[in-house]
Amino acid sequence: MVTIIDYGVGNLFSLESSFAFIGEDATVTSDPDAVRSAERLILPGVGAFGDAARKLRSSGMLKAVLDAAKSKIPLLGICLGMQLLFEKSYEYGEHEGLGLIRGSVRPMKGYIPNTEKIPQIGWNSLSLTERGRKCPIFEDVKNGDFVYFVHSFYGAGCESALTASVDCRGVPVTAAVWGEGPVFGTQFHPEKSGDVGLRILKSFSKVPKGGTAL
Amino acid sequence: MITKRIIPCLDVRDGRVVKGVNFKDLADVDSPVALASYYSDAGADELVFYDITASAEGRRIFTDILAEAARRVFIPLTVGGGVSTLSDFERVLRCGADKVSVNSGAIKDPSLIGEAAKRYGDQCVVISADVKRVNGQFRVFARGGRDDTGLEAVEWIKRCVGNGAGEVVLNSMDTDGVRGGFDLEMLRAVCEAVSVPVIASGGAGSVEDFVTLFREVPGVDAGLAASVFHFGQIKIGDLKAALAAEGIPVRIWERNDG
Repeated sequence: MVTIIDYGVGNLFSLESSFAFIGEDATVTSDPDAVRSAERLILPGVGAFGDAARKLRSSGMLKAVLDAAKSKIPLLGICLGMQLLFEKSYEYGEHEGLGLIRGSVRPMKGYIPNTEKIPQIGWNSLSLTERGRKCPIFEDVKNGDFVYFVHSFYGAGCESALTASVDCRGVPVTAAVWGEGPVFGTQFHPEKSGDVGLRILKSFSKVPKGGTAL
Repeated sequence: MITKRIIPCLDVRDGRVVKGVNFKDLADVDSPVALASYYSDAGADELVFYDITASAEGRRIFTDILAEAARRVFIPLTVGGGVSTLSDFERVLRCGADKVSVNSGAIKDPSLIGEAAKRYGDQCVVISADVKRVNGQFRVFARGGRDDTGLEAVEWIKRCVGNGAGEVVLNSMDTDGVRGGFDLEMLRAVCEAVSVPVIASGGAGSVEDFVTLFREVPGVDAGLAASVFHFGQIKIGDLKAALAAEGIPVRIWERNDG
């Protein structure tokens, strides 16, 4: 059973549908206690970091997610949900995140070559790190597999957690992270990444409480 | 590298795909759900569902169909047609759309893009423009290409992007339906003016037209077409292989079907 956290940010239809499609039970909740007692958690999110972090805090979900992480409940942050796992973000100001992944979220503007479009929208191919090759959610993912991105900010300074990056004209951009314990994040949208994405969600649905040892 | 996207467009009226479809291995030829699934398996990078229904009843059928497709197809879905209010955004986003394209709706209400971008994020809002040359000027047309708005296209698109549109679909009415290739001149003008992704529409007639598009206008991020895909004149797999052979980055993957 996968519990999708609803804190008023983003559209959960496709996430729910993708779990239904792969035959995994998924439920959406806005109850912090259901988060604390979940088997596995998805932290979704689109939009602005500051706004999402505020909603996470005011809904009581921030505390609940931290409690869940402490009790080693597998957690997958997707897109802005991944960015929220970081310590802080510099998206229009400075905002505090969950601090489950070391690093910060920074604008791609000024980082990727100025010939490149922002937002980055489209499919890019994953370069798995050594950690990525051992990452349980990438069990059925090959180096070079394509996944779908939509973002203007990226995770920086997260080398120790990095499981995959993508190339943006010679510049590596964080695609996925795996922190301490079963805390995972993908900058891309597995629920919009065709077969590859569905395989990632399937693998995540099998990560046991406590996670698997590296 | 972010790859160039290939996007089939499905015009839907009263729940059926309008432009005739002709696949021998697809039984229900005008079912949007079956066709969406077929294209996704064939390697389409994204799909556009365009609602050309006029009635409220047709609109309801459209959202049902959209939801059905979103339950089975796991690539990005953009919805356009008949979007003129925030509640239209809500209606299609709730049914599984990832992006919403606005055309006449943005012309009627110039604040629509800004408000939608604020509520749903820039990435969700696509400005779609039907553009035609009038007296040597690129002119925006409304209501499915029926009304000349008098607006100069490049300025209009820049303004929409400034208000928060995260992507542009440029449909050249001068090349649309002719199948003689995309409107490179018009696309160049728009690509130079905005820094968000630009999707080329109108004029695809052959694989070579896509090769020319991406080679000649590197700022273009995606190519959109309808009937050349529906009639099977261009197979997406062949198209992507041809683009890759020309050194144009595209998503190609080994099918994991054993």
